[in-house]
This record gives sequence, structure tokens and C-alpha cells, in this order.
Amino acid sequence: MQYLGIQPKRPKIAVFDFTGCEGCELQLANKEETLVDFLAAVEVVAFREVMTDAGDDYEIALIEGAISRADEEALLRQIRDRAGVVVALGTCACYGGVNRLKNTFDLGEANREVYGDKPKETSEVRAVGDVVEVDLAIPGCPVNKAEVERIVQHVVLDVAFSFPAYPVCVECKQRFNICLVDRGQLCLGPIVQAGCDAPCPTGGRGCWGCRGPARDANVPEYLSALKEKGFGEDEVRERLGFFGAFEGAVG
Amino acid sequence: MSTVRVDIHKLTRVEGHGDIGVLVEDGKLKEASWEIVETPRYFEVMLKGKHYTSAAVLTSRICGICSIGHTLASLRATEHALGVEIPRVARKLRLLAKHGETLQSHYLHLFFLAVPDFLGAPSAIALIEADPELVGVAARLKRLGNTISEVAAGRMTHPVSLLVGGVAKMPERTRLAEIKAELEASLELVKKVIETFATLEIPEFARETEFVSLGGTEDYPWIGGRIVSTDGVDLAEADYLQATNEYCTDGNTSKWTKLSRESYAVGALARLNNNFDKLTERARQVARDLGLTPVNHNPFMNNIAQLVECVHVTEDAIRLVEELLDEPKGIETMAPVEASAGRGVGAAEVPRGILFHDYEYDESGRIVRANCIIPTTQNNANIHHDLGALVEEYVKRGANDEQMELLCSMLVRAYDPCISCSVH
Ligand code: SF4
Ligand code: SF4
Ligand code: SF4
Repeated sequence: MQYLGIQPKRPKIAVFDFTGCEGCELQLANKEETLVDFLAAVEVVAFREVMTDAGDDYEIALIEGAISRADEEALLRQIRDRAGVVVALGTCACYGGVNRLKNTFDLGEANREVYGDKPKETSEVRAVGDVVEVDLAIPGCPVNKAEVERIVQHVVLDVAFSFPAYPVCVECKQRFNICLVDRGQLCLGPIVQAGCDAPCPTGGRGCWGCRGPARDANVPEYLSALKEKGFGEDEVRERLGFFGAFEGAVG
Repeated sequence: MSTVRVDIHKLTRVEGHGDIGVLVEDGKLKEASWEIVETPRYFEVMLKGKHYTSAAVLTSRICGICSIGHTLASLRATEHALGVEIPRVARKLRLLAKHGETLQSHYLHLFFLAVPDFLGAPSAIALIEADPELVGVAARLKRLGNTISEVAAGRMTHPVSLLVGGVAKMPERTRLAEIKAELEASLELVKKVIETFATLEIPEFARETEFVSLGGTEDYPWIGGRIVSTDGVDLAEADYLQATNEYCTDGNTSKWTKLSRESYAVGALARLNNNFDKLTERARQVARDLGLTPVNHNPFMNNIAQLVECVHVTEDAIRLVEELLDEPKGIETMAPVEASAGRGVGAAEVPRGILFHDYEYDESGRIVRANCIIPTTQNNANIHHDLGALVEEYVKRGANDEQMELLCSMLVRAYDPCISCSVH
């Protein structure tokens, strides 16, 4: 890959997965039409899901998943020491994701319910940024591959990247969708960070807020607007808590 | 006599985290184990209290590779519990979305996870240089799977248009026509893949196994049906607990299951062993050409069974798209849904085998109790027992540490385990 006639250096990238569904990693292998170019721009040294070899020498570490056990925390700290740039890839890594729902119940009891008299080791779910310093957080459940590629290009060319300041609602309107809220469906689009291109409202389902709050979102104001429209408190609370991304944003 | 030791921590090129341990001393098998070390996730507990509109959105996140399968089993369980009958056209759209996932998942496994071993490459990335044409074909086939799911379900990973009551909307006709053309072209492309597979050396090995899958349906089974096995089991979908008999073991974060024997297998090979006659003629011919006829007891043949299913699914997807193109404009894709108390079970054949979701709802439409049984959970015990038999067989043939490590890794990869799923 060349930029302005200059061959940029190929940074060494390593991909690691913690507690998650590996859907974000899968996005890296998807978009097959650009995969080969993508691989030409970077050098992948560790990607356990698709490679046997694993190198310890990398500049950029992409972290998928939340942290939910002591061994995960130790490995994450080791990665932080080695990598120049640590990227939280996806909502699980950025916020804890759906795993965070686990923090709302008693783990001893949950363990007994799932594993009977053979409980397993587990701990409270934390986002990557709760454990080590994160240089770049790319939200999304899953991440949007086109956005990840844009960001990697910025990193390779050493140009700062910034997320759009507007919410998903703007992207939804750009796609000429009929607003679902007007048809009685709950949607968090007006308060959620854009960058996904609004696949959910476009596909006929309200936004669930997987990308977390938009930079300038006025969350309390939108919540009272939803209340006025007749959406129940339970429904709204369940939606905001779904990906663990609105803790602290709800006033 | 020989000593063979294999100790693999976090096997690569599988989905999730698992360990293989093998020890042979003086030619005698001391230990052969397959252990799941992935962190447990507790989805069944997270589901409690969730509204019926959330259940599938949540369980989709059990697995990024078979998220459509989880979504469909979840919706089916909820719809059974609430007494909802979805429109006929929604059933077709769901099956089409499912076919897209099967294609993308099978091709991902075959090319990126399994084939490098057979061709002696550490990864598919290395194959780009060795056989660019093959990788190009693989990428195009896999992308077709993505596109189909995107068209039918709005997104491939964590679909958005599959809702309780049906499917949110009908895809645009132009996009349906596009995937039909690409599907037809892919039947030619896949020939190159079949040629390549015909040259692969599948390890010689067999262990008599009970194969469990859905069946009892007119067509090759994907969504719903009866639970059948090669040992003659025939159960209703709702009686899945009698088929699975889950239990916990020390060490493993995944549970084990058993039916007529100490373990059983699910997946492409199980589906094919139970439903060979329902494959398309072309798919059956490919199976015969590649030496696969029922009942086949070689777990390495699961790779071949996946390829045969790709051919079948491609042809069936063409049929579905043609039927969808014939549907009148503005046809209803959603049925009305109302909250009510009740219990429902939903089964689906996802790429790695039979998947069950089981929910109990209260009158307000919130989940009181949930249970999910995952294909890899059902395969784990069988993989464990296969490993022992494989090692004994190949010790006799004089395999060394390195050869044994490769064989064991290939065996586990042949099951295409989805470990983060199995510790949901
Ligand atoms: S953010 Fe979503 S897609 Fe990514 S790993 Fe977590 S659950 Fe999977
Ligand atoms: S559906 Fe949601 S994102 Fe789209 S316009 Fe309405 S509120 Fe905004
Ligand atoms: S529309 Fe909302 S829920 Fe859907 S991907 Fe975007 S932020 Fe996530």
C-alpha cells in the first residue's frame, strides 16, 4: 500500500481474545474484497483464531472481549507492557458488553445454577480500560469493519482519527429510513455514537446502543422524551443496561 | 517402547480456548484429554428477567460465528412459548439467512482453519502466497455467504432483521437477483474446491460413534424437526433433555453430554449420516466422489461433510431466492405477537450441530428460566474419547511427538469446535 507515493512501514499487529463471542475478530477476516490489501498494510504476528504461529514482537495489540478472570487480567497487563498501542476492539473490550449483565447478579448463586456442585473460577466483568491504559477504543457489537479499516489506515499513516460527533440517528436519516420510534419501537439512535451506519434501524429494529453514548448526547433529555411517548421505564432501563455502555451516562 | 507426549495449551485455529494433553509411556496410553479452559459466561442467568424482544438479541452474542443460528433457535423457542405462528415467507427468509451462515461458517472453517494443516501451512495467510487462486476462490465463496445473510437478515454477525413474529422486512428484489446470479456462478467455482479436496489425504481412523441430529423432516433439516440418532433414537424437539443428559466434569468449563453411549457426535457428519437421502442429487454425487457415504465413522470426514453441505445449501438457496422473487409485493413478513406465560423449546442445526434453546416466560413476557445446549458442548466428550482412540491407533503405527501433535490438533479442528459457545 502506498500513500502519496510513500511506502509506509507495516506495523506488526497482534490480535487477542478475552471474554466475548469472537464476532469482532471475525469482522477482521470478513470483507474479503479488501482483506488482501489490509494484510499488505500490516504484518499480523499473532491471531490465534486463524494462525498457528504466535510472535511476541508487536507494536499494535487489538484486544477483543471483556476481562472476567484473574488469568485474563495478568495476560492483559503483559500485553500492555509489550505493545506500543493498545486498541480495545468492540463493545466487550470498550465497555464490558453484554458480559457486564453478569455483574448484576450474585456469582456464587449463578455458579451453582449453571455448574451445580462444581463451581468455576470467575470474577466481576471489567472493560479493558478498567485494567490497563487504552490508546484507542473502537466500539460496536460487532465492530464495523469499514470503520476499523479507516482507523488502521490512520494509525499506519500516523494521522489522528476522530469519531463523528453526531449520533446514529443522523446516519439513519441519511439512509432515508422511516423512523421506528414513530411506529412505536424503542430506539436509542438519537443518543448513540455514530460510525456503524445504522444497520439496526435500517434492518427494521431499533438501535440497542451497542456503541455507547454519542459525545454530545443529552441522555436525560432523550429519556424524558421517551417517557412522554409512553415507553415503559423497565423497557428503557433494560435497553440502556444491555451492553453496559451507559453506566454513568444516565443522570 | 515409545513415549509420546503432546501438551497443547490453547489450541490455535479453533474458535475459543481449549487444551489437548496426551501421554503415552512404553507404548501404553496413560492419558488423552480435551479440556475446555475458556472463561465461563453465564448467559442462562443473564437471560432471567429479560423481555421476549431481548432474548434473541442477547443469545446472538453467545457466538459471533453462528449468531444467526442462535437467533433462530432463540426465536423459535420464544414463538413456541408465546404460541406464535410466523408467516410462510418469513420461514423462507430465515432459512435463506441460515444458509448464508452455513456457507460462510463452513468455508471459513475449511479454508482458514482446517486446510492449512493438510497443505502444511501455518495459516491461510501463508496460503495466499502458495496458492493465490485457491485463496481467491475461498474468499469469494465465503463472501457470498456473508452477502446472503446480510440481504436476508440485515447483518451477518448479530443479525438485525430477525424478530419474534417473523422477519422485519422483505429484501430488495435487485439484491435477491444479485445473490441468485452469484450463487449460480459459485456452483462452478466450488468445483475447484472439490478438486483440491479430492487430493487431500484424510487421516485413516474410525471409532464407532452415535451421530445425533435433527431429522424426520421432508427436507434436509435446518430449523426444527425431530431428534434422531444412528443408534435409533427418535424424540420430539421438546424432549431434548432426554437426548442430551448434560453433566459437569471437574476442570472443564464446558459440560458434557451422552445418549445411548458414553458420548455422541453432532455436526455436518452427523446430519449427513442421518439425512443422506435428503441431499440434492449433486451434493450426494460430490459425497460419493469424495468417499463419503453413510454411516461414516471417521471424524476427519466432517470436513468433507461440510463441503458436501455447501453444495446442497447453494442449490437450496437458489430455490429459495427464486421462490422469494415470485412473492407478491408488500407481502406480510411479520405475525402479531402478544406476551403470555408459557414454555417453549427451539432447535436448529447450526454449522457445528444441533442447538437447543428452552425458555419459560411469565405473563408479562419476561424470562423466568432459560437453558441453552450448544453443539460443541455435545461434541466435547466425543472429542475426548476420539483422542484416546486416535493416539492408541497411531502409537501402533509409530507416530512421533510431532506427528501426534499434528494429528490430535487436526482431529479437534475437524469438529470445528466453537468453544466460547460451549461455555456460554
Ligand atoms: S463486542 Fe459483540 S461482537 Fe464483539 S466480541 Fe463482544 S459480543 Fe462479540
Ligand atoms: S429509527 Fe432511531 S435512529 Fe432512525 S431516525 Fe428514528 S430514532 Fe433516529
Ligand atoms: S444501530 Fe445502534 S445497536 Fe445497531 S450497530 Fe449501530 S449503535 Fe449498535
